[in-house]
Amino acid sequence: MLQISPEEIAETLTMITQQHLDIRTVTLGLSLGGCAADDVATVAARVYEKVSTAAQRLVPVAEAIEREYGIPIINKRIAVSAISELVCGSGHDLTPIAVAMDRAAREVGVDFIGGFSALVHKGIGAGDRMLIDSIPAALASTERVCSSVNVASTRAGINMDAVLRMAEITLETAALTAEHDSIGCAKLVVFCNMVEDNPFMAGAVHGSGEADAVINVGISGPGVVRAVVESLPKDADLTTVAEAIKATSFKITRAGELVAREAARRLGVEMGIVDLSLAPTPAEGDSVAAIIEAIGVKRCGGPGTTTALALLNDAVKKGGAMGTSSIGGLSGAFIPVSEDANMVRAVRDGALTLEKLEAMTSVCSVGLDMIAIPGDTAVETIATIMSDAYAIGVINSKTTATRLIPAIGKVAGDTVDFGGLLGAAPVMNVSQWAGTVLARRGGRFPAPLSSLRN
Amino acid sequence: MQTSAILSVLGEDRVGIVAAVSAALAETGTNIEDIRQTILSGVFSMTMLVTVDEERTSFEGVQARLAEVSESLSMQITLQREDVFRFMHRV
Repeated sequence: MLQISPEEIAETLTMITQQHLDIRTVTLGLSLGGCAADDVATVAARVYEKVSTAAQRLVPVAEAIEREYGIPIINKRIAVSAISELVCGSGHDLTPIAVAMDRAAREVGVDFIGGFSALVHKGIGAGDRMLIDSIPAALASTERVCSSVNVASTRAGINMDAVLRMAEITLETAALTAEHDSIGCAKLVVFCNMVEDNPFMAGAVHGSGEADAVINVGISGPGVVRAVVESLPKDADLTTVAEAIKATSFKITRAGELVAREAARRLGVEMGIVDLSLAPTPAEGDSVAAIIEAIGVKRCGGPGTTTALALLNDAVKKGGAMGTSSIGGLSGAFIPVSEDANMVRAVRDGALTLEKLEAMTSVCSVGLDMIAIPGDTAVETIATIMSDAYAIGVINSKTTATRLIPAIGKVAGDTVDFGGLLGAAPVMNVSQWAGTVLARRGGRFPAPLSSLRN
Repeated sequence: MQTSAILSVLGEDRVGIVAAVSAALAETGTNIEDIRQTILSGVFSMTMLVTVDEERTSFEGVQARLAEVSESLSMQITLQREDVFRFMHRV
């Protein structure tokens, strides 16, 4: 007997066909244990072999699930162990490993592979240094490789030497990919409190505490949440708004849970987590900023934005927590400027500034994300924009990250265009009053008192 | 393998929709367990619970056959595994 009502079936179909309900990513986390070697060429060969073999069935399996369940799976991706842990010696260029990752990714048909990464929140090891130094060339010579570096944590504080180095690396990457609007920087995330099971790019890395192979799923659905909020009466109170978002989040999460279980079963690997992040796309209406505006802020970035975003983020988690027992990853609304049409409009209108985005970071996930800044921004300014975001993460025991794009040859008001899901964005204005001396002090921002929890 | 699925048909009402859809199901060995059908302001809407016998026709094969019907009738027809609805709408 039909236990689901035709109305519920119609609701699901509307969510998919009209409100952009999809699974944003099915990401295979892969341990590269056994790929370490004394020389870079051997590591590269082993990484290629491992990835191209272990991920062979990922795309066909995800496509079959997509067809049978009728829910689009937008991205199929791979996250591997941090590459810095596989290499020995010093002074080597690790670009060949990135090239091997890129080749394997292309061969198995995934759009991105993450893990050209290092964790340096307390100190920079020899392998970490080689990896960081190789990032600009690696990102310039590959298409699908993503890189991330963790420079801060609540338990360790902020490694300010690493922050300054990553600001330099960001500028070098921008310069090396200047012909393509500095797209290399769109594939580079610098983290505070990086997580081990993030399925989203560019920051996905397969953590050392994970099993050999796991399936992690990132849900999506800003369009669905926006439609639900817009359908409420304008005088509905905030409890009603939160309740409606919560109920919708439950449904979206269940779709993610089902896809995660099924993909893991068919691939014969462990199911990892479902990441409850609302991830926008440049498609009209599939926007986190549009939800904030539907809740009742004139333009994203105006007063009330942080309140609306905090409510949204919390309600999504509450609904999602009922939908899966495997919450993980970043699980917070994303606010990538270039990937969100209403956010781009808010920047152009002068409603949304870098400083407001920083405030928004404190109540949601990955903060200063996909933000184009003038190409001549000083390295110290970049470093302190970054460290401000990490300070929020360190003190509040949460993940914060930056994906800043110094647009070489461009000034505030110009546009950068990456195409596809990465979108296009106006170059934002940057404060001229940066902490230049602070950035050059180096050393470590000590672990906060809140880290002493034992 | 027997797979429960939901078949949804939506579009302008006309003669022969149920006949065409059920003929395609019969051809592929797909059993109809339940049907609900209404017409609202000239829009035909039908929901079926069916069991796909994947030993006889693969899920994809049934979907492909229904796609042909969808095209010849100019109706929107979708076949999705039933658990997606159960997961999304039941705690």
